[in-house]
Formats: sequence, structure tokens, C-alpha cells
Amino acid sequence: MRKLLFESLFRLPLTEAAPALDDAEVQELATLVGTAARRSLGRSLSIREVDAGSCNGCELEIHALNNAYYDVERFGIRFVASPRHADVLLVTGPVTKNMREALLRTYEAVPGPKWVVALGDCAKDGGCFAGSYAVVGGVSEVIPVDLHIPGCPPPPLDILRGLLALLDRAAVGSVAS
Amino acid sequence: MPSLIDLNLEGRQVQRHRPWPRTVVDSAVWSFAARMLAERRWSLLSLWGEPSMVHMALFDSRTAEIGVVSLDCPDNLFPSIAANHPPALRLERSIADLFGLVADGAHDTRPWLDHGQWGVRAPLGDPVEMSSPAPPYRFLPVEGEGVHQAAVGPVHAGIIEPGHFRFSVSGETAVRLEQRLGYVHKGIEGLMAGADLARAAQLAGRVSGDSTVAYAYAFSRATEAALEPVVPARAVWLRALCAELERLANHLGDIGAICNDAAFALLLAHFGVLREGVLRAADTAFGHRLMRDVIVPGGVACDLNDAGKAAIRAALGAIRKQFPELVELYDNTASLQDRTVSTGILRPDLAAQYCAGGFVGRASGRAFDTRRTLAYAPYKDLRFEVPVLEQGDVNARVWIRIREVEQSLALIEQILDQLPRGEILAQLPQREGPCEGMALVEGFRGDVLVWLRLRDGRVERCHLRDPSWFQWPLLEAAIEGNIVADFPLCNKSFNCSYSGQDL
Repeated sequence: MRKLLFESLFRLPLTEAAPALDDAEVQELATLVGTAARRSLGRSLSIREVDAGSCNGCELEIHALNNAYYDVERFGIRFVASPRHADVLLVTGPVTKNMREALLRTYEAVPGPKWVVALGDCAKDGGCFAGSYAVVGGVSEVIPVDLHIPGCPPPPLDILRGLLALLDRAAVGSVAS
Repeated sequence: MPSLIDLNLEGRQVQRHRPWPRTVVDSAVWSFAARMLAERRWSLLSLWGEPSMVHMALFDSRTAEIGVVSLDCPDNLFPSIAANHPPALRLERSIADLFGLVADGAHDTRPWLDHGQWGVRAPLGDPVEMSSPAPPYRFLPVEGEGVHQAAVGPVHAGIIEPGHFRFSVSGETAVRLEQRLGYVHKGIEGLMAGADLARAAQLAGRVSGDSTVAYAYAFSRATEAALEPVVPARAVWLRALCAELERLANHLGDIGAICNDAAFALLLAHFGVLREGVLRAADTAFGHRLMRDVIVPGGVACDLNDAGKAAIRAALGAIRKQFPELVELYDNTASLQDRTVSTGILRPDLAAQYCAGGFVGRASGRAFDTRRTLAYAPYKDLRFEVPVLEQGDVNARVWIRIREVEQSLALIEQILDQLPRGEILAQLPQREGPCEGMALVEGFRGDVLVWLRLRDGRVERCHLRDPSWFQWPLLEAAIEGNIVADFPLCNKSFNCSYSGQDL
């Protein structure tokens, strides 16, 4: 272990520069995130992730955000264990009928102001599972969605870009107000 | 002792079921097969339904023979397998939920996938609109002085899939764990019915995201067993390359995550870097980090070029350099070993009875790997070992993964060195009437089974059985007598799929 720690003193960090933000995405958020949000968020986001029926592909890429290459915590973004501690609910999957109530209850447990990010193609409209007897459809069928990040699954950089856009708006807003 | 071959003489053999025979039998032969399972002469590979018919895939480990037996159930009733062979229990309960076929003589008839939310009963059989709300689910009673219950989920604290765990605890010790799953049931087998092959392959690749390659691989091989195209050699080898990359990425992620659940985050960080290296190489090589939709019926959808090859070799080089040091650290850290050694022991007889695949079975003495036991191409031309341990604890499941990482590294190098040139995708022949195929593929978690019947280029019925069906119940057994605080560690060492078993 000492050797590993020692080596890490000299090795260059693996962490990559922050991705450039997509103008369209920032614009979309500008209209969505109100001034109240900007004031309350400051420079940090606490996220509670909810799998509402995904195949687990999206979860793998969300996990990757915590690895040394993306190191999401450097931006003040962290994943929390309880919805009570969260600003943002990050929801994946087509919402299954068996998860609808759990998703709703988790949403209700998040204190306001709160935002919902729907992640992945299924979360938009049910994706390839739409139309099944067991699927409600997209996340917006159950709770209001503020931002959608597409992909099957979206690569970590796309997720990061979406979350940073959310933060960026929050920071700009807090300076302006 | 009768072999599976003899069973085929007892009934009407179905034409065009490949590569193993399928026989329609009467209830006496069905019950005989149930007895052979209960006496552990045969193993259960899967049990699934159709409107008014049930099928069961059997495996004879002495001869490595596989056979499927089918039973007509005009009265929506079939003799229960689970009554004397518990591994069939959840599959039977699911058949009742989805098809309305009832297992006669079963001890446990509670619903499994059906939580009373669909608005319909038996959606894949003879659907009945649900008029009254379903009664609350009854958990098994646990009695005793000072026993209390802890309910966990379906929404868990981490970034993981949803499921409910009901712990009955005495002091700190878990007396019983009861799982309740089905929360991510998406009705995939229902969506499969009537789908064309392209859509069906897409759905198969989304049964369990971490095994997207294994599912696409198994689905494609089952389709090819039914239609019998000539799959180009290069595609056959590229498939194995994808499968080994997937195994490598998942094992690396798992080893790190298990250490993290024992509060040793350093290894999670290092293994996370290695895993990311594999995913990036896969992205360069096949255009997708998880290699989704790369394997399709008839071959593979994209070819490997020199840049892709170089990226894979570079990722392998980094792992070859780093991995031994990390394994040494795992092995030499007493505080970590203290958590993993002798924790969550799965007894070998249970692993054998439940036909536990993957690292769960192989860490408990079950020397079964479809790549070896059923030796499909190109694995019969590749050199590799199947590591097996007897201890059955968390540590053993970590070590099986470590050894399999080494084997996968060697396999990938062999594949890159010997990769044949040529076409990568064959046209699928048109076949009149029904034709059936079945395949087993070794995913990182164990054997994925796909059975299907095609009719005129479309899927009539497709059954996909995740290895987790037989591993989840074993987790309930392994946790008994452990402290509740060790559950995350045990759970991660099993790493069963929720989505794969919920479907």
C-alpha cells in the first residue's frame, strides 16, 4: 500500500478537464431553473439516484462519474443516500408499474425546491419498453421532469455535461440576484 | 439410471428444435423428471410457460446432455416441480403470474413478479382485468424472543437497482433474509412476442445492462440454432472478444466495489481506473462503451479495425502492469481479509442443487462453465482454465473473479492474435413454419439461457433466463447467521441482477 500511495505522489492525475457545455442544453436549463433555485443551490448539488425500472446500464455509467477520470465531486456534485438530503432526483428507466409508487414517495420525500433529471432514452418515453402492460412510460408521466439527458446509456461525459449545465445556471443566477 | 436420452423415447419429439431435443411428455413423465431433479440426478436449467403449456430445460451433469420437456396443461394446471425441488419455486410463481398456469402441489403460491399494479392478471396467458386491489404481500413469519424486522428497499441507499429485503434480526445477527423482487419487471417476454428479429435482439440486449453482450450473444445463438445460417468465422471470434471484455470490465468493477463495501476505498479507486480503461477501449473498438447492439443474429454489426485492436492491447497492457500489485494489496491487508474471509458462506451442496452459475457456483465447488462444459465456438479452440474453489465465502468469490480476470486477459490476447479475416455478418435464411432454438452463453455472472420459437421471421415466444434466478435464493441462505452489517458485502460478492430476473 505504501508503494501505491508513494507512486501516486508523482503520477500525473488521470482526471480530465471539465467538458464544454452544450449551448442548447444551457438554454434549456435557463428557462427551467428559476432564481429561487440559483440562490438555494449555490455551487453544489446533492443528487439522489432512483432506478425506476432501468436495465442497470445507466447506473453503470452514473457509477463511472465517481472514478478518477470524471471525479464528479470536484464540481460540488455528490450522490446522497437519502432523498431528504437531495436537491435533485436523478431517475433512470422506463417507470415500471411496480416502481411507480416508490418513485412518487421518493419524490415527495425530497424537500423543495427540487429538480428532476431523467436519464437515458427509456426515462424520456419508455424507450424500447413503451407499450408494455408493466410499464407506465417516461418519468414525466409520474413526476415533473426538469431536464432530460438522452442516450442508451448516456456516456459519463454526457451526464456530467448535463449536471454541470444545471450547476452553471445556478451559479450565474446567484451572482446576478 | 435413465439418461436424458431415454426420456426422449417416452414422448413425442418436436421437429425443428435445435441443438438439443425437445419432447412433449405426459404428466407421468413430467413427474418422473421432477423426481430425478429432487434426487439430484439431473439439474434444472430453466422452467417457463406459454399459454396452456410449460417447458423445462434439464441438464445431466454426468454426460453434459441437455433436454427440454414440455407438458400440455389444458386445465391450466401442472405438477409442481418446486414441491420437491426448491430451485424451481420462483420460476413457478412467475409462470402463475404471467400465464395463469398453476403449479399443483406447490407449497408457496404467493405472487412473485405480479405486485397487483398491472391492472391485469396473467398478461401473457388469458388476460383477466383486475377488478379488486391485490391483498398485501405476506412475508414469511419469524418467531422468537427479541426477533425484530428491518425492511430495506425497494429504493436503496446506493446507486443500485430496486428490490426489497426483509431482515429478521436477533441482536446483530440475521436470522432470516427474505427477498421480494419484481420491481423492475418490464414485461420483456411480452414485448418479445410478435417482434421482428432486429427489435427482439435490441430487447434481449436490454434485459440486464451489465450483461448486454452476453444476452445479445445468447439471443443470437438461439436464433441461429433455429434458422441455421452459416455465421462467418470472424464474427464468431469477435463475439468472444466482446464477451471477454464485458467479463473483464465487470469483474474489475466488482472486485473494487466489494473492497469498498468493506470500507477499503483505495482499491475501488484503482480498480475503477482499470475498468474505465476497458470501457474506453471497447468504445474505440466497437463504438459503444458497453458494446450494446454489437452482436446481432447472423454475426456482429461492426468490425474491429487496427485502432480498435491497439486500444484493446493498450488497456490490457495497463491491467497487466497494475493488476498484480492491487491483488497483492488485497491479499496483504489484514483488515480487509478480516471482513471477507469466512463471511457469507454458501455451502457447496446448495450451489450444486441450485445449479448456481458463475463465480457464485465456482467459489462453492461447482466446476461448471458453459464455455468449457458445452464448449461452443470459438472457445473450443482457445486455451483457458476454469478456476474453482471450495470455501464459498466472500473471499472465495473475490478470488474466482481475480483468477477469471487473468483468464480473460489471456483469452483476449489469444483472440486478437488468431482473429480470422473475412465477412462479419451473414444473411439469415427464411424458414417456413415454426422453428425453435436454444442457447447457453457464459456471461460474467454465469450462464444466460435463451429459448425461442420463431415463425415466419418473427419471434413467437422467447424465454430469457438470467443466472440470478438461481443465485438470489442462495444469497438468502448465505446471509443466515451473519451480522446485518455484512449484508452489503455478501450482496456485492453475489452481485445478482435485479433487472435480469425481474425481466
